[in-house]
Amino acid sequence: MQHVRAEEVVTAASVQDYLAGQERKSLLRFLTCGSVDDGKSTLIGRLLSDTKQIFEDQLTALHNDSRKYGTTGDDMDFALLVDGLEAEREQGITIDVAYRFFATPKRKFIVADTPGHEQYTRNMATGASTADLAIVLIDARQGILRQTRRHSIIASLLGIRHIVLAVNKIDLVDFDQEIFDKIAGEYVEFAKNLGFDTIVPIPLSARYGDNVTSSSANMGWYEGPTLVEHLETVEIDQAQAPFRFPVQFVNRPNLDFRGFAGTVASGSIAAGDEIVVAKSGKSARIRRIVAQGGDLPRAVEGQAVTIVLDDEIEVSRGNVLVAPAERPHVADQFAANIVWFDEQALLPGRSYLLRTETDQASATVTDLSYRVNVNDFAHEAAKSLAMNEVGVVNISVQSPLVFDAFSNNRATGAFILIDRITNATVGAGMILHPLRRADNIHWQSLDVGKQARAAAKHQKPAVLWFTGLSGSGKSTIANLLEKKLHVAGKHTYILDGDNIRHGLNRDLGFSEADRVENIRRVAEVARLMADAGLIVLVSFISPFRAERQVARELMEEGEFIEVFVDTPFDECARRDPKGLYARAIKGEIKNFTGLDSPYEPPEKPELHLQTLGKSPEEMVDVLEGWLGERDSADQLYDGDGI
Amino acid sequence: MLAKLSHLDRLEAEAIHIFREVAATFSKPVMLYSIGKDSSVLLHLAMKAFYPAKPPFPFLHVDTTWKFREMIEFRNAMAKQLGFDLIVHINEDGVRDNINPFDHGSNTHTHIMKTVALRQALDKHGFDAAFGGARRDEEKSRAKERIFSFRNSSHAWDPKSQRPEMWKIFNTRILPGESIRVFPLSNWTEIDIWQYILQENIPIVPLYFAKQRPVVERDGMLIMRDDERMVLRPGEVVENRLVRFRTLGCYPLTAAIESDATDLPGIVSEMLIARTSERQGRLIDRDEAGSMEKKKREGYF
Repeated sequence: MQHVRAEEVVTAASVQDYLAGQERKSLLRFLTCGSVDDGKSTLIGRLLSDTKQIFEDQLTALHNDSRKYGTTGDDMDFALLVDGLEAEREQGITIDVAYRFFATPKRKFIVADTPGHEQYTRNMATGASTADLAIVLIDARQGILRQTRRHSIIASLLGIRHIVLAVNKIDLVDFDQEIFDKIAGEYVEFAKNLGFDTIVPIPLSARYGDNVTSSSANMGWYEGPTLVEHLETVEIDQAQAPFRFPVQFVNRPNLDFRGFAGTVASGSIAAGDEIVVAKSGKSARIRRIVAQGGDLPRAVEGQAVTIVLDDEIEVSRGNVLVAPAERPHVADQFAANIVWFDEQALLPGRSYLLRTETDQASATVTDLSYRVNVNDFAHEAAKSLAMNEVGVVNISVQSPLVFDAFSNNRATGAFILIDRITNATVGAGMILHPLRRADNIHWQSLDVGKQARAAAKHQKPAVLWFTGLSGSGKSTIANLLEKKLHVAGKHTYILDGDNIRHGLNRDLGFSEADRVENIRRVAEVARLMADAGLIVLVSFISPFRAERQVARELMEEGEFIEVFVDTPFDECARRDPKGLYARAIKGEIKNFTGLDSPYEPPEKPELHLQTLGKSPEEMVDVLEGWLGERDSADQLYDGDGI
Repeated sequence: MLAKLSHLDRLEAEAIHIFREVAATFSKPVMLYSIGKDSSVLLHLAMKAFYPAKPPFPFLHVDTTWKFREMIEFRNAMAKQLGFDLIVHINEDGVRDNINPFDHGSNTHTHIMKTVALRQALDKHGFDAAFGGARRDEEKSRAKERIFSFRNSSHAWDPKSQRPEMWKIFNTRILPGESIRVFPLSNWTEIDIWQYILQENIPIVPLYFAKQRPVVERDGMLIMRDDERMVLRPGEVVENRLVRFRTLGCYPLTAAIESDATDLPGIVSEMLIARTSERQGRLIDRDEAGSMEKKKREGYF
């Protein structure tokens, strides 16, 4: 490339002209994917080398590395150019996606080199999410493998419409046309339902460069383009989508300026145009499109601008300015494709944080419609989605989101799911369509309010959530406390794990998914009871932090009181009031909390009761004292009662 | 037919989007300002992202006390001209122990005066997000890094378990003590940087332009003797040569190149025919194999 560049500069009238020429080049973002050892990194190394992107000092380093880690004998191991992490070089595998940059006289390229190992599928998805084309590599000796299919399905789900089927290592099968044709035919048949606009099969050898930048002398039978010729000329046309402007940031430097900063997700807008604020339906006109150096007459897809409206209407981060005639969906329930990334499986009923480009909401998977088998596309019934699995789900969010179907708009139809406790990005979603019932169910507005109901009982509603191992003393303490509260004239109710399982939750077992649903139902019941003005005592093992967090968020601020009944496992097993520990240890009960199913202790409970060596009465005294303080603090705060 | 954005327009928009995302979702961001050309571009983009407001975060310079004098002058002038909030942090423990690149070697010096100093500054102010000007085309381990790159409470990077980064949806959630390093220039190449500086007329430190400067030839490198602290070895002589710098760091660790490029077009055309990468002039990258990844895992930018 140094030589190519130098020639270009010499022939260009000046550096500025040369740079202007660079500026006119279009950009293609693509990724390489496929199974392990199909030669993805080698192909990128070859592309960089043949387009002369590698500097002398990098070549020297490559020589040294090839001797130290190389797998290609005396030849240079091009994969070492892209496998940038020590662990990758030592193990000879790609763990994470690497981004590389190169240019030819016709086009600029950003290539994501993605890992082939199944366990790193999330990193392949990362690379694919910003790409317009995928090079699917296949080892000519192996043909189509499971990972070839998985990556093709993920590429398709993530909106990639152009595939290059690179049948690599063709030198190792004597440049045999029959083998090439067979693989190409099988792939086209497999991919016929994946919605690709183009599939271009190319026989090549990344190691020796056949059909990479120049036509191979070894394959007279192949008449198609070389890989680089194809990459230089393939047309990527974006579907024209209506105007969408997700508001990222409200810019208010002073009282006279209120601008909405964001990036135009699709379409375009001009000063004077009418827009609608998606969530409220209110309309306004664009007064100014502000940029440093002077206002812009219009803004187009991809541009980051600041918009000032002619009307002081309410708009905040997460809302979207849209074209009045073509509005997006605004709904709190929708169906979506999901790719799952996390070691902890996706569980229906568990609460996650959902994030779109600028909005965020609490989300629950209400239904796992099916899992997709990556080999034959079969829709399989499933109770959870394990790491690297793909499925279709229904999602319910706590407040409505603005979105389009992902197939119509990659920017406004995508979301990620985040684990509430670890903050890990656990899944990626592509919205299919809103669910009808979101439009049809509205909250019934009630005349007698929660406050009125509580006031009639002369108490402040509360949900005391007792969590701890089986046999830790939750129910004993809760019962004693209820007696005392009752004597004091309070209106109470106990929701007990065992009792609820005999009625409301008798359809649920003890799998992780069922435990999540068990807690969700109890939390909802507790919320209704608190709404009725009651003091609710919930006595449930509730082993998972995420579910207790969901319960907490259902209640009003300060209403949820987490009581950790902390009794060590050995002590619980010794007490064994129901004989369950003895049976579980013998293996007669599966998924027993503390034994073969985890208990996640609360990190910051309102009350932490260490029961060892103390009587239940002492524990109840502590609780009563705490509740008394809470009530008197409230009275001070309210400014009445004294 | 709509006007299509140019390549630089897209890079600019992406960087601005990233700046705003951080301002909207973090409580205490900071921009690492290292005075070089990439920092100059970053600063220019930060001013654009929040116009007409000022960037809603301060700028932090970790001063190793061995930067070129012209860099410090330039830094102070920019802070004054643009009116941004500049924080300068120096590792006073290192100063007390007289840590320097000559006696302690580039590795120890960089670790104490830069990596440790940076961690000190981030902890002292409790910053939860820090912008840096690193680009993926600079170095192999940087090519692997996310735009929003998670750091645990000891500022360490775990390259083997990075968060997936899908589309333009960034996971900005962290627990107290954890932080995110943010790289708005991830997808820029060296030529993009120069082209943008040319297009936007962005001021840069004059050291990038060729000029007669006092240099010493040492270990095959041209080192500029910026002050008396650089003690000459036997046989070494200081001579004035027409040189410039491709990257800027601590002066004893940054090699000059002989050049007669005195303006931006000159620099760009020189770069186009260059046969070595820009980090070749950085002595710290070559101390040991994988040394950039190692430094980054310890909290270096």
